[in-house]
Amino acid sequence: MVSDRIFGAVVTLVSLAYVASATQIQTSFLADPVGPRTFPILVGSIAAFCGILVALRPDEDPEWPALQTLGALAIAVAVLVGYAYALKPLGFLLPTAITAAILSYQISPRIGPAAIAGVGLSVGLFAIFKFALGLGLVALPAVMHG
Amino acid sequence: MDLFANLATGFGIALSPFTLMLAVFGCFIGTIIGALPGLGPSNGVAILIPLTFSMGLDATSALVLMTAVYYGAMYGGRISSILLNIPGDEPALMTTLDGYPMAKAGRAGDALVISGVASFTGAFLSTIGLMLLAPMLAQVAFKFGPAEYFALYLLAFATLGGIASNNQAKAAIASCIGLGIAMIGVDNNSGLPRLSFGNMHLFDGIDFLVAIVGLFAIAEVFFFIESHGKNTSIGVKLDKVTVPWKEIWSTKMTQLRGSVIGFIAGILPGAGASLGSFLAYMTEKSVAGEEGKFGTGVARGVAAPEAGNNAAAGGALVPMLTLGVPGSGTTAVLLALLMTLNITPGPTLFTERPEVVWGLIASLLIANFVLLLMNVPMVKIFVKILSVPPWILLPGVTMVSFVGIYSLSGSYFDLLLMVGFGVLGWILRKLDVPTVPIILGILLGGHMEDSLRRAMVLSDGDWTYLFSSGIAITLWVVAVLGFVAPMFLRNVLKKPQRITD
Repeated sequence: MVSDRIFGAVVTLVSLAYVASATQIQTSFLADPVGPRTFPILVGSIAAFCGILVALRPDEDPEWPALQTLGALAIAVAVLVGYAYALKPLGFLLPTAITAAILSYQISPRIGPAAIAGVGLSVGLFAIFKFALGLGLVALPAVMHG
Repeated sequence: MDLFANLATGFGIALSPFTLMLAVFGCFIGTIIGALPGLGPSNGVAILIPLTFSMGLDATSALVLMTAVYYGAMYGGRISSILLNIPGDEPALMTTLDGYPMAKAGRAGDALVISGVASFTGAFLSTIGLMLLAPMLAQVAFKFGPAEYFALYLLAFATLGGIASNNQAKAAIASCIGLGIAMIGVDNNSGLPRLSFGNMHLFDGIDFLVAIVGLFAIAEVFFFIESHGKNTSIGVKLDKVTVPWKEIWSTKMTQLRGSVIGFIAGILPGAGASLGSFLAYMTEKSVAGEEGKFGTGVARGVAAPEAGNNAAAGGALVPMLTLGVPGSGTTAVLLALLMTLNITPGPTLFTERPEVVWGLIASLLIANFVLLLMNVPMVKIFVKILSVPPWILLPGVTMVSFVGIYSLSGSYFDLLLMVGFGVLGWILRKLDVPTVPIILGILLGGHMEDSLRRAMVLSDGDWTYLFSSGIAITLWVVAVLGFVAPMFLRNVLKKPQRITD
């Protein structure tokens, strides 16, 4: 109940913000009868309406995970964000091994297998991508290439 | 006969050694993807698109490879359904109802063979149906103007939201999220950026592949972290595989009915394979009555949903190729593939790029036979793959997703967006908001707005033009019905829940 009420309210607010920013879209002098504003405004309005509906008639709450699991998920997101930033400057092998190992540990908390999974995936996938598929991946940090 | 001439062209392309190799390879990869618990046709195909694109295959080859993966995943899905009671995706859910009890009763091999043959029947018949129906529908599609296309897109959202979800308002929200995202970037008509909030990275809009991989693959990883891989039940051992000829023959009518029902369900825009397997199973259940003992592990209960599910996979290609409107989550992903390859699906595809269409159809026919071979005599190989533990599989899927998206643009921003979509997908699925309409919205949003604007240019701003032709009115009526009717039918057509042991 509470989840859906919050969800409905968030959807409504975001949609209204979307509609508001859609009214600010510049039109060019070559405007067609509909213009670039109408469709986004239409979509935003429908979403806002449905958001209100969901907030008024909520479904039952889903089973949210325990705080500890939410923490694990937050760590996973943080690690993936870090990976996104690290992939270019640090090359493929190192960030991939670390990220894969952490994710693996979070699914099944055993350090040994997780470390092996991380290194194995990193090296194995690099070999597949680089040599079988011919993608232009960089293996190591940029500084080490000179 | 045009048909035979066309088919001959198609086979000319499909039988070239390279294309043939791609089809076999695709079938193999596809069956693995389908069999792996946690990977289904849609997320499996999704993470492979960026890689296929980066490999620099030409359009026909890429299409052949990916549709072979798609068909293969449809076949493979039944393996984890039957042996582990874990459906790889929603359509495979119906197969668990009788498949898993059958496996527990020590007849796992029989269940796999029967469902494999039923999959073949469904997929083969629907490929024939696709061959016959698609050119005809392409002829009709030539009559479609912008008003009709607008109504058709609406129909796709309405039926998808109506049938595939439990809550209409939430499905509509999902569609709007997708459409809203599609609007971001440079407006095609005026050439001015809109809704990019001054962010340089958003000027080009959001790549649909980023959204698809995020919502489908990355979100799945979060679900596994949440459950700590506990969903992996030990499953059932597979001893030896023999072919129960008699039992297969006894399900022949079931397979035929399932194929027809599945094909029709697949054609409906937005309905897709889930509906196909569901309707096929429910029909057989009511035909058999109480004596059919559905749900206790009977051959017909395995044959019906698999025939329906695979037939729907072929049926879903009909609206996708002729109208550019996908019929399911996976065909939405295939549409994304076509758009990446710069192929515009629609009636003109049949006249301008016949080699693509007929090469694809011929490859599908060949792929079917390959899949039958792989999935009946060689099924044990794929059963081995089920033992890949999630703590290797899911990090692997994440890494493949990252590399795929990274190889498209080389920008960290797309990777961040992908993670963002993953989080969004996790939250939405928790709240029972379907994510497929979001994908459909991102894919079709631009076209939908374009057709609305072109319709209004033609009519000089007269909104009644949207309802001015018989085809358009019919589409509007079906759209409204498809959205509203399931609200009332929901109590009648209650989906059977997954069995737990």
